[in-house]
Amino acid sequence: MTTHALGDTAVLLGRSLRHITRSLDTIITTTIMPIAFMLLFVYVFGGAIESGSDSYVNYLLPGILLITIASGISYTAFRLFLDMQSGIFERFQSMPIARSSVLWAHVLTSLVANLVSLVVVVLAALLIGFRSGAGAPAWLAVAGILVVFTLALTWIAVIAGLSATSVDGASAFSYPLILLPFISSAFVPTETMPGPVRAFADHQPVTAIVNAIRDLLAQQPVSTDLWVAIAWCVGILVVAYVLAMATYRRTIS
Amino acid sequence: MITEAVRPAIHVRGLQKSYKALEVLKGVDLDVARGSIFALLGSNGAGKTTVVKILSTLLRADSGSATVNGFDVAEQATDVRRSISLTGQFAAVDEILSGRENLVLVARLRHLKDPGGIADDLLGRFSLTEAATRRVSTYSGGMRRRLDIAMSLIGDPQVIFLDEPTNGLDPQARNEVWQAVRDLAEHGTTVLLTTQYLDEAEQLADRIAILHQGRIIVNGTLTELKQLLPPAKVEYVERQPTLEDVFLALVDDEARTGSPATGAMTPAGTTKEPR
Repeated sequence: MTTHALGDTAVLLGRSLRHITRSLDTIITTTIMPIAFMLLFVYVFGGAIESGSDSYVNYLLPGILLITIASGISYTAFRLFLDMQSGIFERFQSMPIARSSVLWAHVLTSLVANLVSLVVVVLAALLIGFRSGAGAPAWLAVAGILVVFTLALTWIAVIAGLSATSVDGASAFSYPLILLPFISSAFVPTETMPGPVRAFADHQPVTAIVNAIRDLLAQQPVSTDLWVAIAWCVGILVVAYVLAMATYRRTIS
Repeated sequence: MITEAVRPAIHVRGLQKSYKALEVLKGVDLDVARGSIFALLGSNGAGKTTVVKILSTLLRADSGSATVNGFDVAEQATDVRRSISLTGQFAAVDEILSGRENLVLVARLRHLKDPGGIADDLLGRFSLTEAATRRVSTYSGGMRRRLDIAMSLIGDPQVIFLDEPTNGLDPQARNEVWQAVRDLAEHGTTVLLTTQYLDEAEQLADRIAILHQGRIIVNGTLTELKQLLPPAKVEYVERQPTLEDVFLALVDDEARTGSPATGAMTPAGTTKEPR
Protein backbone atom coordinates (compact mmCIF):
# COMPACT_ATOMS: atom_id res chain seq x y z
CA MET A 1 0.00 0.00 0.00
CA THR A 2 2.83 2.38 0.83
CA THR A 3 4.62 1.61 -2.44
CA HIS A 4 2.18 3.82 -4.27
CA ALA A 5 1.83 6.46 -1.58
CA LEU A 6 4.09 8.96 -3.34
CA GLY A 7 2.63 8.34 -6.79
CA ASP A 8 -0.95 8.54 -5.50
CA THR A 9 -0.17 11.76 -3.64
CA ALA A 10 1.35 13.21 -6.80
CA VAL A 11 -1.72 12.33 -8.87
CA LEU A 12 -4.08 13.83 -6.28
CA LEU A 13 -1.85 16.87 -5.88
CA GLY A 14 -2.12 17.42 -9.64
CA ARG A 15 -5.89 17.31 -9.26
CA SER A 16 -6.05 19.91 -6.47
CA LEU A 17 -3.54 22.19 -8.18
CA ARG A 18 -5.76 22.13 -11.23
CA HIS A 19 -8.59 23.31 -8.98
CA ILE A 20 -6.46 26.30 -8.04
CA THR A 21 -5.36 27.19 -11.55
CA ARG A 22 -9.01 26.99 -12.65
CA SER A 23 -10.27 29.15 -9.81
CA LEU A 24 -7.58 31.78 -9.59
CA ASP A 25 -10.04 33.88 -7.62
CA THR A 26 -9.05 31.86 -4.54
CA ILE A 27 -5.48 33.16 -4.88
CA ILE A 28 -6.75 36.67 -5.59
CA THR A 29 -9.11 36.76 -2.60
CA THR A 30 -6.35 35.30 -0.44
CA THR A 31 -3.96 38.09 -1.37
CA ILE A 32 -6.38 41.01 -1.60
CA MET A 33 -7.08 41.26 2.12
CA PRO A 34 -3.43 41.27 3.26
CA ILE A 35 -2.52 43.75 0.51
CA ALA A 36 -5.44 45.96 1.56
CA PHE A 37 -4.28 45.84 5.19
CA MET A 38 -0.79 46.70 4.04
CA LEU A 39 -1.98 49.75 2.06
CA LEU A 40 -4.26 50.82 4.91
CA PHE A 41 -1.55 50.67 7.52
CA VAL A 42 1.19 52.17 5.39
CA TYR A 43 -0.79 55.06 3.90
CA VAL A 44 -3.49 55.72 6.50
CA PHE A 45 -2.31 54.72 9.96
CA GLY A 46 1.40 54.38 9.28
CA GLY A 47 2.22 58.07 9.54
CA ALA A 48 0.95 58.16 13.11
CA ILE A 49 2.61 54.94 14.24
CA GLU A 50 5.96 55.15 16.01
CA SER A 51 7.43 51.84 14.96
CA GLY A 52 11.01 52.83 15.61
CA SER A 53 11.85 51.74 12.10
CA ASP A 54 12.89 53.89 9.15
CA SER A 55 10.43 52.31 6.78
CA TYR A 56 7.04 51.28 8.06
CA VAL A 57 6.55 48.87 5.10
CA ASN A 58 9.66 47.01 6.15
CA TYR A 59 8.32 46.91 9.71
CA LEU A 60 4.88 45.75 8.61
CA LEU A 61 5.59 43.11 5.99
CA PRO A 62 6.32 40.10 8.27
CA GLY A 63 2.92 40.43 9.95
CA ILE A 64 1.20 40.87 6.59
CA LEU A 65 2.82 37.64 5.37
CA LEU A 66 1.43 35.75 8.36
CA ILE A 67 -2.05 37.20 7.69
CA THR A 68 -1.71 36.02 4.09
CA ILE A 69 -1.08 32.46 5.26
CA ALA A 70 -3.88 32.58 7.83
CA SER A 71 -6.39 33.63 5.20
CA GLY A 72 -4.98 31.22 2.59
CA ILE A 73 -5.38 28.08 4.66
CA SER A 74 -9.11 28.62 5.05
CA TYR A 75 -9.39 27.49 1.41
CA THR A 76 -7.70 24.23 2.33
CA ALA A 77 -10.42 23.54 4.87
CA PHE A 78 -13.00 24.62 2.29
CA ARG A 79 -11.66 22.29 -0.44
CA LEU A 80 -11.35 19.37 1.95
CA PHE A 81 -14.89 19.94 3.19
CA LEU A 82 -16.24 20.01 -0.38
CA ASP A 83 -14.48 16.73 -1.16
CA MET A 84 -16.09 15.12 1.87
CA GLN A 85 -19.50 16.48 0.93
CA SER A 86 -19.39 15.55 -2.74
CA GLY A 87 -18.64 11.89 -2.10
CA ILE A 88 -15.41 11.95 -4.07
CA PHE A 89 -13.60 11.51 -0.76
CA GLU A 90 -15.47 8.24 -0.22
CA ARG A 91 -14.68 7.18 -3.76
CA PHE A 92 -10.97 7.66 -3.09
CA GLN A 93 -11.25 5.88 0.24
CA SER A 94 -12.88 2.85 -1.38
CA MET A 95 -10.09 2.60 -3.95
CA PRO A 96 -6.83 0.69 -3.53
CA ILE A 97 -4.76 3.81 -2.91
CA ALA A 98 -2.64 4.90 0.03
CA ARG A 99 -5.21 6.45 2.33
CA SER A 100 -2.96 9.17 3.68
CA SER A 101 -2.32 10.43 0.14
CA VAL A 102 -5.77 12.05 0.05
CA LEU A 103 -4.83 14.31 2.97
CA TRP A 104 -1.26 14.93 1.90
CA ALA A 105 -2.41 16.09 -1.52
CA HIS A 106 -4.52 18.78 0.15
CA VAL A 107 -1.69 19.76 2.47
CA LEU A 108 0.85 20.11 -0.34
CA THR A 109 -1.68 22.03 -2.43
CA SER A 110 -2.08 24.43 0.47
CA LEU A 111 1.67 24.88 0.61
CA VAL A 112 1.96 25.64 -3.11
CA ALA A 113 -1.05 28.01 -3.11
CA ASN A 114 0.23 29.90 -0.06
CA LEU A 115 3.73 30.26 -1.50
CA VAL A 116 2.23 31.77 -4.65
CA SER A 117 0.14 34.17 -2.52
CA LEU A 118 3.19 35.12 -0.44
CA VAL A 119 5.17 35.93 -3.57
CA VAL A 120 2.32 38.13 -4.83
CA VAL A 121 2.17 40.00 -1.51
CA VAL A 122 5.97 40.50 -1.41
CA LEU A 123 5.84 41.86 -4.97
CA ALA A 124 3.09 44.28 -3.92
CA ALA A 125 5.24 45.34 -0.96
CA LEU A 126 8.19 45.97 -3.28
CA LEU A 127 5.95 48.23 -5.35
CA ILE A 128 5.16 50.44 -2.36
CA GLY A 129 8.72 50.70 -1.20
CA PHE A 130 9.66 47.56 0.72
CA ARG A 131 13.42 47.04 0.52
CA SER A 132 15.70 44.50 2.15
CA GLY A 133 19.42 44.03 1.80
CA ALA A 134 19.17 40.52 3.21
CA GLY A 135 21.21 37.87 1.41
CA ALA A 136 20.18 34.43 0.23
CA PRO A 137 20.71 32.66 3.60
CA ALA A 138 18.45 35.12 5.42
CA TRP A 139 15.76 34.86 2.73
CA LEU A 140 16.00 31.06 2.88
CA ALA A 141 15.57 31.21 6.65
CA VAL A 142 12.51 33.45 6.21
CA ALA A 143 11.10 31.05 3.58
CA GLY A 144 11.76 28.13 5.92
CA ILE A 145 9.87 29.77 8.80
CA LEU A 146 6.95 30.63 6.49
CA VAL A 147 6.82 27.06 5.12
CA VAL A 148 6.72 25.50 8.58
CA PHE A 149 4.15 28.09 9.70
CA THR A 150 2.03 27.29 6.61
CA LEU A 151 2.22 23.56 7.29
CA ALA A 152 1.30 24.08 10.94
CA LEU A 153 -1.77 26.18 10.09
CA THR A 154 -2.66 23.84 7.22
CA TRP A 155 -2.95 20.89 9.56
CA ILE A 156 -5.24 22.99 11.75
CA ALA A 157 -7.25 23.67 8.59
CA VAL A 158 -7.39 19.90 7.95
CA ILE A 159 -8.99 19.39 11.38
CA ALA A 160 -11.52 22.11 10.57
CA GLY A 161 -12.24 20.71 7.09
CA LEU A 162 -12.73 17.17 8.37
CA SER A 163 -14.95 18.05 11.30
CA ALA A 164 -16.99 20.95 9.86
CA THR A 165 -20.68 20.47 9.28
CA SER A 166 -21.15 23.43 6.96
CA VAL A 167 -19.14 25.42 4.42
CA ASP A 168 -19.19 28.43 6.73
CA GLY A 169 -17.88 26.40 9.63
CA ALA A 170 -15.09 25.04 7.46
CA SER A 171 -13.62 28.48 6.89
CA ALA A 172 -14.75 30.42 9.99
CA PHE A 173 -12.00 28.87 12.12
CA SER A 174 -9.44 31.02 10.31
CA TYR A 175 -10.83 34.36 11.55
CA PRO A 176 -9.13 34.19 14.96
CA LEU A 177 -5.91 33.22 13.20
CA ILE A 178 -6.20 36.25 10.92
CA LEU A 179 -6.82 38.52 13.92
CA LEU A 180 -3.94 37.15 15.99
CA PRO A 181 -1.29 39.38 14.30
CA PHE A 182 -3.22 42.48 15.40
CA ILE A 183 -2.49 41.66 19.03
CA SER A 184 1.22 41.19 18.42
CA SER A 185 4.26 43.18 17.40
CA ALA A 186 3.15 42.95 13.76
CA PHE A 187 1.80 46.51 13.45
CA VAL A 188 3.02 48.38 16.53
CA PRO A 189 5.70 47.73 19.15
CA THR A 190 4.16 45.83 22.08
CA GLU A 191 5.69 48.33 24.57
CA THR A 192 2.78 50.74 23.99
CA MET A 193 0.12 48.21 24.96
CA PRO A 194 -1.52 48.09 28.44
CA GLY A 195 -0.18 45.39 30.78
CA PRO A 196 -2.39 42.32 30.21
CA VAL A 197 -2.60 42.90 26.44
CA ARG A 198 1.14 43.33 26.25
CA ALA A 199 1.67 40.14 28.27
CA PHE A 200 -0.49 38.26 25.79
CA ALA A 201 1.15 39.90 22.77
CA ASP A 202 4.65 39.19 24.00
CA HIS A 203 3.94 35.53 24.62
CA GLN A 204 1.90 34.50 21.63
CA PRO A 205 3.55 32.86 18.62
CA VAL A 206 2.95 35.64 16.08
CA THR A 207 5.17 38.15 17.96
CA ALA A 208 8.14 35.81 18.04
CA ILE A 209 7.69 34.81 14.38
CA VAL A 210 7.22 38.43 13.24
CA ASN A 211 10.27 39.61 15.21
CA ALA A 212 12.41 36.77 13.84
CA ILE A 213 11.44 37.48 10.22
CA ARG A 214 11.86 41.24 10.75
CA ASP A 215 15.38 40.75 12.12
CA LEU A 216 16.34 38.44 9.29
CA LEU A 217 15.09 40.85 6.63
CA ALA A 218 16.68 43.87 8.35
CA GLN A 219 20.03 42.05 8.55
CA GLN A 220 19.98 42.24 12.33
CA PRO A 221 21.69 39.54 14.37
CA VAL A 222 19.17 36.80 15.16
CA SER A 223 17.91 36.98 18.71
CA THR A 224 16.26 34.30 20.81
CA ASP A 225 13.08 35.25 18.96
CA LEU A 226 14.22 33.01 16.09
CA TRP A 227 14.38 29.92 18.30
CA VAL A 228 11.13 30.78 20.05
CA ALA A 229 9.54 31.24 16.60
CA ILE A 230 10.82 27.88 15.36
CA ALA A 231 9.72 26.19 18.59
CA TRP A 232 6.19 27.64 18.22
CA CYS A 233 5.92 26.64 14.54
CA VAL A 234 7.20 23.11 15.03
CA GLY A 235 5.15 22.70 18.22
CA ILE A 236 1.91 23.79 16.56
CA LEU A 237 2.76 21.63 13.54
CA VAL A 238 3.24 18.48 15.61
CA VAL A 239 0.14 18.98 17.77
CA ALA A 240 -2.06 19.91 14.79
CA TYR A 241 -0.74 16.96 12.76
CA VAL A 242 -1.46 14.46 15.52
CA LEU A 243 -4.96 15.86 16.10
CA ALA A 244 -5.66 15.98 12.35
CA MET A 245 -4.61 12.36 11.87
CA ALA A 246 -6.76 11.30 14.84
CA THR A 247 -9.71 13.19 13.34
CA TYR A 248 -9.00 11.60 9.97
CA ARG A 249 -8.95 8.11 11.43
CA ARG A 250 -12.23 8.77 13.19
CA THR A 251 -13.75 10.08 9.95
CA ILE A 252 -12.76 7.17 7.73
CA SER A 253 -13.41 4.21 10.01
CA MET B 1 -30.50 -20.56 -0.87
CA ILE B 2 -27.53 -20.45 -3.17
CA THR B 3 -26.77 -23.82 -4.64
CA GLU B 4 -23.85 -23.05 -6.96
CA ALA B 5 -20.55 -24.59 -6.04
CA VAL B 6 -18.73 -21.31 -6.63
CA ARG B 7 -18.21 -19.07 -3.67
CA PRO B 8 -20.54 -16.10 -3.68
CA ALA B 9 -19.07 -12.73 -4.64
CA ILE B 10 -20.50 -11.20 -1.49
CA HIS B 11 -21.09 -13.17 1.68
CA VAL B 12 -22.54 -11.49 4.74
CA ARG B 13 -23.45 -13.06 8.08
CA GLY B 14 -24.89 -11.48 11.21
CA LEU B 15 -23.86 -7.94 10.33
CA GLN B 16 -24.61 -5.46 13.12
CA LYS B 17 -23.99 -1.75 13.30
CA SER B 18 -25.17 0.96 15.66
CA TYR B 19 -24.64 4.69 15.60
CA LYS B 20 -24.51 5.48 19.29
CA ALA B 21 -27.87 4.32 20.63
CA LEU B 22 -29.43 3.91 17.21
CA GLU B 23 -29.33 0.30 16.05
CA VAL B 24 -29.20 0.42 12.25
CA LEU B 25 -28.31 -3.16 11.37
CA LYS B 26 -29.50 -5.91 13.68
CA GLY B 27 -27.99 -8.96 12.02
CA VAL B 28 -27.99 -8.88 8.23
CA ASP B 29 -27.36 -12.08 6.25
CA LEU B 30 -27.05 -12.13 2.50
CA ASP B 31 -25.20 -13.81 -0.36
CA VAL B 32 -24.72 -12.43 -3.84
CA ALA B 33 -23.82 -14.85 -6.64
CA ARG B 34 -21.05 -13.93 -9.05
CA GLY B 35 -22.19 -12.07 -12.14
CA SER B 36 -25.67 -11.39 -10.79
CA ILE B 37 -27.53 -8.21 -10.01
CA PHE B 38 -28.72 -8.09 -6.43
CA ALA B 39 -31.09 -5.39 -5.27
CA LEU B 40 -31.26 -4.31 -1.68
CA LEU B 41 -34.65 -2.72 -1.30
CA GLY B 42 -35.74 -0.60 1.60
CA SER B 43 -37.27 2.67 2.62
CA ASN B 44 -35.21 5.70 3.62
CA GLY B 45 -33.19 5.03 6.72
CA ALA B 46 -33.52 1.27 6.48
CA GLY B 47 -29.73 0.88 6.59
CA LYS B 48 -29.00 0.20 2.91
CA THR B 49 -26.20 2.73 2.72
CA THR B 50 -24.71 1.41 5.94
CA VAL B 51 -24.51 -2.08 4.41
CA VAL B 52 -22.82 -0.66 1.29
CA LYS B 53 -20.36 1.38 3.36
CA ILE B 54 -19.36 -1.64 5.40
CA LEU B 55 -18.93 -3.79 2.30
CA SER B 56 -16.84 -1.10 0.58
CA THR B 57 -14.55 -0.78 3.66
CA LEU B 58 -15.65 2.77 4.50
CA LEU B 59 -17.25 1.76 7.77
CA ARG B 60 -16.52 -0.97 10.30
CA ALA B 61 -19.27 -3.28 11.46
CA ASP B 62 -19.79 -3.75 15.20
CA SER B 63 -20.10 -7.49 14.75
CA GLY B 64 -20.74 -10.13 12.14
CA SER B 65 -18.66 -11.05 9.11
CA ALA B 66 -18.57 -9.93 5.51
CA THR B 67 -16.43 -11.06 2.60
CA VAL B 68 -16.28 -9.51 -0.83
CA ASN B 69 -14.64 -11.48 -3.64
CA GLY B 70 -13.44 -13.89 -0.93
CA PHE B 71 -11.69 -11.17 1.13
CA ASP B 72 -12.72 -10.16 4.62
CA VAL B 73 -13.78 -6.50 4.62
CA ALA B 74 -12.24 -5.83 8.00
CA GLU B 75 -9.04 -7.88 7.77
CA GLN B 76 -8.18 -7.63 4.06
CA ALA B 77 -9.47 -4.16 3.26
CA THR B 78 -6.81 -3.49 0.62
CA ASP B 79 -7.69 -6.66 -1.30
CA VAL B 80 -11.36 -5.77 -1.06
CA ARG B 81 -10.67 -2.29 -2.42
CA ARG B 82 -8.83 -3.87 -5.33
CA SER B 83 -11.91 -5.97 -6.14
CA ILE B 84 -14.62 -3.35 -5.87
CA SER B 85 -15.90 -0.04 -7.03
CA LEU B 86 -18.32 2.17 -5.20
CA THR B 87 -20.81 4.50 -6.79
CA GLY B 88 -22.19 6.38 -3.86
CA GLN B 89 -25.53 8.01 -3.35
CA PHE B 90 -24.39 11.32 -4.81
CA ALA B 91 -22.42 11.38 -8.03
CA ALA B 92 -18.84 11.38 -6.76
CA VAL B 93 -17.33 13.37 -9.60
CA ASP B 94 -14.94 16.29 -9.58
CA GLU B 95 -16.96 19.31 -10.70
CA ILE B 96 -13.99 21.44 -11.63
CA LEU B 97 -12.29 18.84 -13.82
CA SER B 98 -13.59 17.81 -17.22
CA GLY B 99 -15.24 14.44 -17.73
CA ARG B 100 -12.13 13.08 -19.38
CA GLU B 101 -9.89 14.37 -16.60
CA ASN B 102 -12.10 12.65 -14.03
CA LEU B 103 -11.65 9.32 -15.80
CA VAL B 104 -7.90 9.79 -16.27
CA LEU B 105 -7.61 10.63 -12.56
CA VAL B 106 -9.23 7.36 -11.50
CA ALA B 107 -7.22 5.34 -14.04
CA ARG B 108 -4.00 6.85 -12.68
CA LEU B 109 -5.01 6.13 -9.10
CA ARG B 110 -5.63 2.52 -10.08
CA HIS B 111 -2.13 2.46 -11.56
CA LEU B 112 -3.29 1.42 -15.02
CA LYS B 113 -1.37 1.80 -18.24
CA ASP B 114 -2.68 4.25 -20.84
CA PRO B 115 -5.12 6.24 -18.69
CA GLY B 116 -5.99 8.43 -21.68
CA GLY B 117 -6.99 5.46 -23.82
CA ILE B 118 -9.13 4.02 -21.02
CA ALA B 119 -10.82 7.41 -20.57
CA ASP B 120 -11.59 7.80 -24.28
CA ASP B 121 -12.98 4.28 -24.47
CA LEU B 122 -15.35 4.87 -21.53
CA LEU B 123 -16.39 8.29 -22.81
CA GLY B 124 -17.49 6.54 -25.99
CA ARG B 125 -19.26 3.75 -24.15
CA PHE B 126 -21.24 6.19 -22.04
CA SER B 127 -21.97 8.68 -24.85
CA LEU B 128 -19.93 11.42 -23.25
CA THR B 129 -17.36 11.94 -26.00
CA GLU B 130 -18.79 15.27 -27.05
CA ALA B 131 -18.81 16.59 -23.49
CA ALA B 132 -15.39 15.10 -22.71
CA THR B 133 -13.48 18.36 -22.37
CA ARG B 134 -16.22 20.34 -20.67
CA ARG B 135 -16.18 20.90 -16.95
CA VAL B 136 -18.43 18.48 -15.10
CA SER B 137 -20.19 21.42 -13.42
CA THR B 138 -21.88 22.03 -16.80
CA TYR B 139 -23.21 18.43 -17.03
CA SER B 140 -26.84 17.44 -16.52
CA GLY B 141 -27.77 15.06 -13.72
CA GLY B 142 -27.93 12.08 -16.06
CA MET B 143 -24.54 12.86 -17.57
CA ARG B 144 -22.97 13.13 -14.12
CA ARG B 145 -24.40 9.81 -13.12
CA ARG B 146 -23.14 8.17 -16.31
CA LEU B 147 -19.69 9.63 -15.73
CA ASP B 148 -19.89 8.45 -12.13
CA ILE B 149 -20.64 4.91 -13.22
CA ALA B 150 -17.99 5.07 -15.96
CA MET B 151 -15.45 6.04 -13.29
CA SER B 152 -16.51 2.99 -11.30
CA LEU B 153 -15.77 0.65 -14.20
CA ILE B 154 -12.12 1.62 -14.54
CA GLY B 155 -9.86 -1.27 -13.70
CA ASP B 156 -12.65 -3.80 -14.32
CA PRO B 157 -13.62 -4.38 -10.68
CA GLN B 158 -15.33 -7.74 -10.08
CA VAL B 159 -17.93 -6.26 -7.75
CA ILE B 160 -19.69 -2.92 -8.10
CA PHE B 161 -21.79 -1.25 -5.44
CA LEU B 162 -24.40 1.19 -6.64
CA ASP B 163 -26.05 3.11 -3.86
CA GLU B 164 -29.39 4.46 -5.13
CA PRO B 165 -27.99 4.99 -8.62
CA THR B 166 -31.10 6.61 -10.09
CA ASN B 167 -31.99 8.88 -7.19
CA GLY B 168 -33.06 12.25 -8.55
CA LEU B 169 -32.74 11.33 -12.23
CA ASP B 170 -35.35 12.00 -14.88
CA PRO B 171 -36.91 8.94 -16.57
CA GLN B 172 -34.58 9.02 -19.58
CA ALA B 173 -31.44 9.27 -17.50
CA ARG B 174 -32.80 6.50 -15.30
CA ASN B 175 -33.30 4.25 -18.31
CA GLU B 176 -29.74 4.94 -19.42
CA VAL B 177 -28.40 3.99 -16.00
CA TRP B 178 -30.49 0.82 -16.05
CA GLN B 179 -29.04 -0.10 -19.42
CA ALA B 180 -25.52 0.52 -18.12
CA VAL B 181 -26.19 -1.76 -15.16
CA ARG B 182 -27.54 -4.52 -17.42
CA ASP B 183 -24.43 -4.23 -19.60
CA LEU B 184 -22.26 -4.66 -16.53
CA ALA B 185 -23.94 -7.88 -15.51
CA GLU B 186 -23.65 -9.20 -19.07
CA HIS B 187 -19.89 -8.67 -18.82
CA GLY B 188 -19.84 -10.83 -15.69
CA THR B 189 -19.59 -8.06 -13.11
CA THR B 190 -21.41 -8.61 -9.84
CA VAL B 191 -23.68 -5.70 -9.00
CA LEU B 192 -25.17 -4.91 -5.63
CA LEU B 193 -27.54 -2.01 -5.90
CA THR B 194 -29.65 -0.35 -3.29
CA THR B 195 -32.88 1.33 -4.20
CA GLN B 196 -36.12 2.53 -2.75
CA TYR B 197 -37.88 2.22 -6.10
CA LEU B 198 -39.69 -1.05 -6.42
CA ASP B 199 -39.80 -0.94 -10.21
CA GLU B 200 -36.04 -0.52 -10.31
CA ALA B 201 -35.52 -3.75 -8.41
CA GLU B 202 -38.14 -5.41 -10.58
CA GLN B 203 -36.47 -4.24 -13.81
CA LEU B 204 -32.89 -5.08 -12.98
CA ALA B 205 -32.37 -7.57 -10.24
CA ASP B 206 -31.83 -11.31 -10.40
CA ARG B 207 -32.49 -11.41 -6.69
CA ILE B 208 -34.16 -8.95 -4.39
CA ALA B 209 -33.79 -8.61 -0.65
CA ILE B 210 -35.89 -6.31 1.45
CA LEU B 211 -34.11 -4.63 4.32
CA HIS B 212 -36.51 -3.51 6.99
CA GLN B 213 -35.72 -2.27 10.49
CA GLY B 214 -32.19 -3.59 10.35
CA ARG B 215 -32.95 -7.08 9.09
CA ILE B 216 -33.46 -8.79 5.75
CA ILE B 217 -37.11 -9.79 5.90
CA VAL B 218 -37.31 -11.50 2.51
CA ASN B 219 -34.75 -12.57 -0.06
CA GLY B 220 -35.52 -14.24 -3.36
CA THR B 221 -36.16 -13.84 -7.06
CA LEU B 222 -38.98 -11.63 -8.23
CA THR B 223 -41.11 -14.71 -8.91
CA GLU B 224 -40.44 -16.07 -5.45
CA LEU B 225 -41.32 -12.76 -3.89
CA LYS B 226 -44.55 -12.55 -5.84
CA GLN B 227 -45.53 -16.00 -4.60
CA LEU B 228 -45.46 -14.72 -1.07
CA LEU B 229 -48.79 -13.04 -1.76
CA PRO B 230 -52.05 -14.76 -2.70
CA PRO B 231 -52.14 -15.89 -6.37
CA ALA B 232 -52.84 -13.24 -8.92
CA LYS B 233 -56.42 -12.42 -9.64
CA VAL B 234 -57.42 -11.92 -13.23
CA GLU B 235 -58.95 -8.50 -13.68
CA TYR B 236 -59.81 -6.69 -16.82
CA VAL B 237 -58.47 -3.15 -16.74
CA GLU B 238 -58.38 -0.67 -19.56
CA ARG B 239 -54.68 -0.16 -20.30
CA GLN B 240 -54.16 3.58 -20.29
CA PRO B 241 -50.77 4.97 -21.23
CA THR B 242 -49.01 6.04 -18.06
CA LEU B 243 -47.73 9.55 -17.77
CA GLU B 244 -44.23 8.11 -18.10
CA ASP B 245 -45.14 6.49 -21.45
CA VAL B 246 -46.45 9.84 -22.67
CA PHE B 247 -43.44 11.74 -21.39
CA LEU B 248 -40.92 9.38 -22.93
CA ALA B 249 -42.74 9.20 -26.26
CA LEU B 250 -42.92 12.98 -26.55
CA VAL B 251 -39.41 13.69 -25.37
CA ASP B 252 -37.83 10.94 -27.48
CA ASP B 253 -39.59 12.26 -30.59
CA GLU B 254 -38.36 15.71 -29.81
CA ALA B 255 -34.80 14.53 -29.38
CA ARG B 256 -34.87 12.53 -32.61
CA THR B 257 -36.25 15.29 -34.77
CA GLY B 258 -34.67 18.17 -32.89
CA SER B 259 -31.01 17.26 -33.18
CA PRO B 260 -30.47 14.39 -35.60
CA ALA B 261 -26.68 14.48 -35.30
CA THR B 262 -26.51 13.30 -31.72
CA GLY B 263 -30.07 12.54 -30.78
CA ALA B 264 -30.25 9.09 -32.30
CA MET B 265 -27.67 7.60 -30.02
CA THR B 266 -28.19 9.38 -26.74
CA PRO B 267 -31.36 11.33 -26.36
CA ALA B 268 -30.61 12.29 -22.77
CA GLY B 269 -27.00 13.12 -23.43
CA THR B 270 -28.13 16.07 -25.48
CA THR B 271 -30.35 17.65 -22.87
CA LYS B 272 -28.75 20.94 -22.19
CA GLU B 273 -30.44 22.19 -19.06
CA PRO B 274 -27.73 23.14 -16.60
CA ARG B 275 -28.09 21.89 -13.09
